[in-house]
Amino acid sequence: MFRNQYDTDVTTWSPAGRLFQVEYAMEAVKQGSAAIGLRSKTHVVLACVNKANSELSSHQKKIFKVDDHIGVAIAGLTADGRVLSRYMRSECINHSFTYESPLPVGRLVVQLADKAQVCTQRSWKRPFGVGLLVGGLDESGAHLYYNCPSGNYFEYQAFAIGSRSQAAKTYLERRFENFVDSSWDDLIKDALIATRETLQGEKLRSSICTVAVMGVGEPFHILDQETVQQLIDKFELVVEDEGPAAEPDAAAAEEGAEEGDAAEQGGDADQGAAPDQGVAPMEI
Amino acid sequence: MDSNQAAKQHSLVGSEADSQRTLYPYVTGTSVVALKYKDGILMAADMGGSYGSTLRYKSVERLKAVGKHSLLGASGEISDFQEILRYLDELILYDNMWDDGNSFGPKEVHSYLTRVMYNRRNKFDPLWNSLVLGGVKNGQKYLGMVSMIGVNFEDNHVATGFGNHLARPLLRDEWHENLSFEDGVKLLEKCMRVLLYRDRSAINKLQIAKITEEGVTISPPYALKTFWGFSAFENPTVGAEGSW
Repeated sequence: MFRNQYDTDVTTWSPAGRLFQVEYAMEAVKQGSAAIGLRSKTHVVLACVNKANSELSSHQKKIFKVDDHIGVAIAGLTADGRVLSRYMRSECINHSFTYESPLPVGRLVVQLADKAQVCTQRSWKRPFGVGLLVGGLDESGAHLYYNCPSGNYFEYQAFAIGSRSQAAKTYLERRFENFVDSSWDDLIKDALIATRETLQGEKLRSSICTVAVMGVGEPFHILDQETVQQLIDKFELVVEDEGPAAEPDAAAAEEGAEEGDAAEQGGDADQGAAPDQGVAPMEI
Repeated sequence: MDSNQAAKQHSLVGSEADSQRTLYPYVTGTSVVALKYKDGILMAADMGGSYGSTLRYKSVERLKAVGKHSLLGASGEISDFQEILRYLDELILYDNMWDDGNSFGPKEVHSYLTRVMYNRRNKFDPLWNSLVLGGVKNGQKYLGMVSMIGVNFEDNHVATGFGNHLARPLLRDEWHENLSFEDGVKLLEKCMRVLLYRDRSAINKLQIAKITEEGVTISPPYALKTFWGFSAFENPTVGAEGSW
């Protein structure tokens, strides 16, 4: 994306009908480390990659519990994400107090989207620079939503955001039709594989990723490191034993990923996703 | 005069617009009785609105449907009940406007009413009602009560006002799980008959409402059969001529 004379203010339209400040905010989401979400009929799994600034520091918290039945994974400006998580927690707890029942996730997501929209229409504000994957339960089952800095929200069976999320999305696109009936284990396995896809060949271990689950009869909780490592071992072992026949996707993906990602990275750095240039992202 | 006004301005109790507070009720409804039965909730209330000791209004509907899943009955100040219906109307309207497959069930409405009643009580400006909230949602039956000071609870059978003293004992003895509709109505009518005999603000014109998973039905008004032919009522002045 190139600078132009219509991108100084969020309240200035471009002649092509775009709000560049909002699109730049969505770029900030693409620069954050990856977050992945998938759902079955009864469960939602959120996973994210934890990249620390340096070896000396700890990593930033990217998955937040909003209520027993709602959790959120963020990518982008984590400070903005923290503030929005606090807002979501506040809305949930107020609803619970007044009505003694959990706030339906679909309604929370709309309130969040309306809050984001306000920042796209005030000259003294800036859009939130964070994308949120909101997973939650309501009367009609498990849901996964993506909330955008533009104030749009979409419901997904599975989605990934942040840097190198395209690799995860490719994997998820191949498999998503099966997710509806997935078991707890299978859903987490798919989440971990999708996370591995974004690591570009780096070894997946529990110290660099976080996994959280919520479901019918299972309140939101973040899996502890040991459990995650055990699960990683469980499926990586499967790959080694059964070889290319059983998991041709994973093996081929690992090789292909390195080459594909290198090309992708080169493309990203230069032109910031050339195919996107002609299309205004908000029109999705 | 001046010192009176000065005193009012320094009052710590209530808001400055004292004339806006409910100090005592004017037009009141008497007991509401309700119980859980096999398919849902049955609720009964008479149609009287008393103006002090005068039975002034005889067609007051004290049972109203709320949304798809709930039924509200009220005793106490009728105008405050109408105000509550306006609050609930707005609540259900906004709930419907979401149009997202989620809807407020009886538990949510009950909780909301509790908060409204309690907050008004804290401002020393209560809504002078005892409310009975019943409903069925997703097969779950719910029956609860909220008082004018915000006390709330759930139970298998509830009553307000005189009903607590005259009807609850009957219900405690004779209520059981999975009452049929006919048995439930018979039990409620037994309670309402006792109230008719003994509560001077009750009138012989009542409605019984039922709520099940399918929805709310409020019966048209009808009267209970009463029996006054007790021998003690014949020649009442036989021992004391001139009295009545």
